[in-house]
Amino acid sequence: MKKLLLSLTLLLPSMAFADSLDTGDTAWILTASALVLFMTLPGLALFYGGLVRSKNVLSVLMQCFAIACMASLLWLIFGYSLSFGEGNAFIGDLSKVFLQGVEKDTLAGTIPEPLFFAFQMTFAIITPALMVGGFAERMKFSSVLLFSAAWLILVYFPVCHWVWGGGWLGSMGLLDFAGGTVVHITAGVGALVAAIVIKNRHGYPSASMMPHNLTMTLTGAGMLWVGWFGFNGGSALAANGDAAMAITVTHISAAAGSLAWMVMEWVKHGKPSVLGIVTGMVAGLGTITPASGFVGPAGALVIGISAGIVCFYATIWIKQKIQIDDSLDVFPVHGVGGILGTLLAGIFCSPNLGIFSGYGFADGIDSIGSQLGVQAIGVVATGLYTAVVSYILLLVVGKLTKGIRVEHEDEIQGLDIVSHDERGYNL
Amino acid sequence: MKLVTAIIKPHKLDDVREALSAIEVKGITATEVKGFGRQRGHVELYRGAEYSIDFVPKTKLEIAVTNERVDEVIDVVMKAANTSTIGDGKVFVTNLEQAFRIRTGEAGEEAL
Repeated sequence: MKKLLLSLTLLLPSMAFADSLDTGDTAWILTASALVLFMTLPGLALFYGGLVRSKNVLSVLMQCFAIACMASLLWLIFGYSLSFGEGNAFIGDLSKVFLQGVEKDTLAGTIPEPLFFAFQMTFAIITPALMVGGFAERMKFSSVLLFSAAWLILVYFPVCHWVWGGGWLGSMGLLDFAGGTVVHITAGVGALVAAIVIKNRHGYPSASMMPHNLTMTLTGAGMLWVGWFGFNGGSALAANGDAAMAITVTHISAAAGSLAWMVMEWVKHGKPSVLGIVTGMVAGLGTITPASGFVGPAGALVIGISAGIVCFYATIWIKQKIQIDDSLDVFPVHGVGGILGTLLAGIFCSPNLGIFSGYGFADGIDSIGSQLGVQAIGVVATGLYTAVVSYILLLVVGKLTKGIRVEHEDEIQGLDIVSHDERGYNL
Repeated sequence: MKLVTAIIKPHKLDDVREALSAIEVKGITATEVKGFGRQRGHVELYRGAEYSIDFVPKTKLEIAVTNERVDEVIDVVMKAANTSTIGDGKVFVTNLEQAFRIRTGEAGEEAL
């Protein structure tokens, strides 16, 4: 709700003057910005780094780091303007390129606009970094950079505008508090398309490609969980009850998702695994993300349990049944989680569910059915647009970089040496 | 001279070393290895899916002994490494053509 209001204040400068700076809000979003950056560097980098084989650990860390740098500059040059500039229903404008016209004291709601810029920048950083998991261990570094940059420009910035920048989905009443569509569906679908286009890793699925360092993965997962408080709580854009409840439901969903996945594995396999419990955590967090500002604690519990179970089966289905090598399971965890959470937000936002009640529908919507319809449109539009554009981009990037995949022998040797002339471990 | 090569469970290394020291075997070479026998590896879990891992971590011991002592050494290794569970390992014996002690230049059984 707050984000929607903020986008309106950005569109209407006269309204922005109605607000004055709130130091509490500002302090919290400063903190939240750091927390969300911490999710990518080092959180996601370590989470992914531990999941790949030791010969590829540096390549994943490097990709996350380089994408963070590149996304930041793109956000400054025109990403922020295209996402949050007035523009039209589908894309912003170029009125704020290089943050022109934005001074230290310029306000966005009750916080400085440079801070809103920085907070949203951390979302633009983590989204393409999430996609790294789809094509891990086999994409050329040049292709990674080119694809990520083009994808940010043609997928992330427009979708961000659609949902949060005053675009058509936000205006329609889509509930996406912190990025179920903007971050998780786009990254999940983009990663799945990339995995299909680049094809499976050599040896998949017969050869086991076990994580080389699950202690690193759990360390990164813990950082992600903590950082997610900033991701969802910061999306209230204020230090208030919305932020407090967002953090609370985020934590509940993460815990529930973790235990749900753990139990599924325990029942199916006979033992609970470390990778299982942390994957359930990510599923719970990704799924609560779009709903986090709109649902109550009991609703969050249902969302978290659902996330653990649904993402568990989605992962097995993608990996085992249809055998797409989305190497680090970006789509079944983030994509499916984002879809599930966006839909469940439309149910558990309802104020009429007793103990499972949330905090109300979008303006002008008065039933679960109507809200679910809007949520479904958001899911389908975001998913389809991302799939088509990502596919085209991968083909174009393939032409420009003479194939997006490293040579067969190079893949066997590992990307650390082949792409960076370094080793992760010299033991 | 014979070379006794024993593939054992890693956690039995200390027991075997102590047992061989007790019968005054002078030298042992231990190497961390991985492989499989009839056990055919084991199963590992990856996000709800089971994967068969062919190679199991083991410890390889190499002990050079005189012909007179070979049976005694084999017997000690077999007893010390035995847990009566699957995957206890194997012992191989091969002829040893020659041995040299680098520092002194001694050769044959003198070098052991």
